Amino acid sequence: MAASSLQSLNPTFSQTLASPNTSPSFRSPFLRFNSSFTPKPLSTRSSSSLIARSAAEPQERKTFHGLCYVVGDNIDTDQIIPAEFLTLVPSNPDEYEKLGSYALIGLPASYKDRFVQPGEMKTKYSIIIGGENFGCGSSREHAPVCLGAAGAKAVVAQSYARIFFRNSVATGEVYPLDSEVRVCDECKTGDVATVELREGDSVLINHTTGKEYKLKPIGDAGPVIDAGGIFAYARKAGMIPSAAAA
Amino acid sequence: MASSVISSSPFVCKSPAKKDLGFSSFRKPSQISIHGCQRKSISRKIVSVMAPQRSSSTSGSVKTGMTMTEKILAKAAEKSQVVPGDNIWVNVDVLMTHDVCGPGAFGIFKREFGDNAKVVWDSEKIVVIPDHYIFTTDKRANRNVDIMREHCREQNIKYFYDITDLGDFRANPDYKGVCHVALAQEGHCRPGEVLLGTDSHTCTAGAFGQFATGIGNTDAGFVLGTGKILLKVPPTMRFILDGEMPSYLQAKDLILQIIGEISVAGATYKTMEFSGTTIESLTMEERMTLCNMVVEAGGKNGVIPPDATTFNYVENRTSVPFQPVYSDANASFVADYRFDVSKLEPVVAKPHSPDNRALARECKDVKIDRVYIGSCTGGKTEDFMAAAKLFHAAGKQVKVPTFLVPATQKVWMDVYALPVPGAGGKTCAQIFEEAGCDTPTSPSCGACLGGPADTYARLNEPQVCVSTTNRNFPGRMGHKEGQIYLASPYTAAASALTGHVTDPREFLQ
Repeated sequence: MAASSLQSLNPTFSQTLASPNTSPSFRSPFLRFNSSFTPKPLSTRSSSSLIARSAAEPQERKTFHGLCYVVGDNIDTDQIIPAEFLTLVPSNPDEYEKLGSYALIGLPASYKDRFVQPGEMKTKYSIIIGGENFGCGSSREHAPVCLGAAGAKAVVAQSYARIFFRNSVATGEVYPLDSEVRVCDECKTGDVATVELREGDSVLINHTTGKEYKLKPIGDAGPVIDAGGIFAYARKAGMIPSAAAA
Repeated sequence: MASSVISSSPFVCKSPAKKDLGFSSFRKPSQISIHGCQRKSISRKIVSVMAPQRSSSTSGSVKTGMTMTEKILAKAAEKSQVVPGDNIWVNVDVLMTHDVCGPGAFGIFKREFGDNAKVVWDSEKIVVIPDHYIFTTDKRANRNVDIMREHCREQNIKYFYDITDLGDFRANPDYKGVCHVALAQEGHCRPGEVLLGTDSHTCTAGAFGQFATGIGNTDAGFVLGTGKILLKVPPTMRFILDGEMPSYLQAKDLILQIIGEISVAGATYKTMEFSGTTIESLTMEERMTLCNMVVEAGGKNGVIPPDATTFNYVENRTSVPFQPVYSDANASFVADYRFDVSKLEPVVAKPHSPDNRALARECKDVKIDRVYIGSCTGGKTEDFMAAAKLFHAAGKQVKVPTFLVPATQKVWMDVYALPVPGAGGKTCAQIFEEAGCDTPTSPSCGACLGGPADTYARLNEPQVCVSTTNRNFPGRMGHKEGQIYLASPYTAAASALTGHVTDPREFLQ
């Protein structure tokens, strides 16, 4: 599926996806195509949002730019978001923010640089670099959600556990990418990097080391991610009605 | 990814000097008995069956053989044929959620289908089971159960196993406990069906010969509105377990053995299909333990061919008709593993990974601080029966705090009511009390995943715990520096008696 703009695929897309019956009492923070969604402010380094997060911006290329946070193999969901924080309900905006503040708090003390500084709500790292089997363990969606809530844009890992990968795709919270080599051995926390997603040859560029790494094509998840998540994909496929029932 | 390495490991064969412990109600002896005490290598042939023979069906169309999982998904997608890699829309038979993920799943459902959306796909196909953070003063946790009550009332959901009186679980007639055990006990698991749950251990239900896997809140919200899910058909790894199950070995040892063999990512995106004479001899609860930890190997789902044992269990609990399916003789499997179970020994998974396998007897110098017997993996009736049997055989007292967390109300009642075979009429509860264990506590997931700070038996200090649970990553049961050894109920009980990681043969032979 070509990584073309949502607008060109379906001019009424941004309208149809906005749930007309969204309760006025809360705005869903991660329904990226909600017409009232405000894109996150750009940092001093130019960064553009994932297309799923801003339906109004037609993009051929998706780019994420920022600092890297490097972890090892088998980072399980208990390390990403310890179970004691699962009482927070992700579809509730305040609790969504809180979840972000606890992202990766379960990592052992050997990780001297913390993903979110104590007292902060957001992370300064945009790109998480992982090893094998990233996100193994629980099916809790809180895992990709907390990473996205904290401000991470993408994960580049050697391999993923399937439920985490699937949840990342379904929610659109972080973009899950596969590297071809052990990028986690060659990058350090704090390196400045860019992830460029293109048709066929996506890359991770580490500006600090000057190295470039090919990323694997997104595969079958591509159409779902490009559509903007499972609901958007299903609406496009005609599986569920465009306008939610009153 | 499944490896193509062929290697063999020697297993010392002990002549089975079996005491008849009169435990026949829990183990059907296999027809095959393995004799001989040679030091024998287990050959693990990795076979990839290519180009299956085509056979015509009665309708005249040519069909390729399919595995159990492929057949279940094909039928659920209303297709005559699927192959691994196909992305298909599948009709869901049962959706389960609990107190942790239910609020989020329903929140998404409302966001996507409208605040007033009433037509949840089929309210009788949804089972809501509060179980994770129940017996706690954590206000958010308590609130989440209240939120689920509201949703169930609004949507007319029949199967809501509610709890309102947190001070006495027995005062709540609807409350069950751990979702995966409750699903089975309440008759929601049936061969041939598709069952999804907002919990990774939903794969437990594969023991019933159905497709069962864990999903996140967004997928669950989708199923709530449509009754369908987009799935990629997984290839199947076959695990054939043959041989008579030694009296000191349990299903937990089998799955820890397998995970140790293939690693925590060895079955990623794949089905783990278990068959063989040993599997046929296992009870339903033991089969559930086996399938429960499929996710710890990265597996998408686990599956066991249904048989008389399955039908007997299911038909005693539900009158909903079902259609069992079986892998075709010419189905394709992406890997083949064979184990001679009679040669296996009790194993543990050392900190901090479920694939960090070691022989229990080689860990006998590891001093421990506590033992935990509970969870969907190791907190069922038979798990407690096994622990009680070992305590009774030993006739000693535990040396470390031993926490007992029955998975459900039914299990709790069995612990207090059922006589343990060979124990002169004593119940598990009596044996546990005599051995000095903690009193069996209110049924729930408990400390398996840590939970709120006041959770019973939570690891709040960097202690060493032998546990019948399913994961031992850093911080799993609470403290980040806690050390968790995953083990069978027999091994857990034996370890409690010595204060060290202990092979159950110390007390069972």
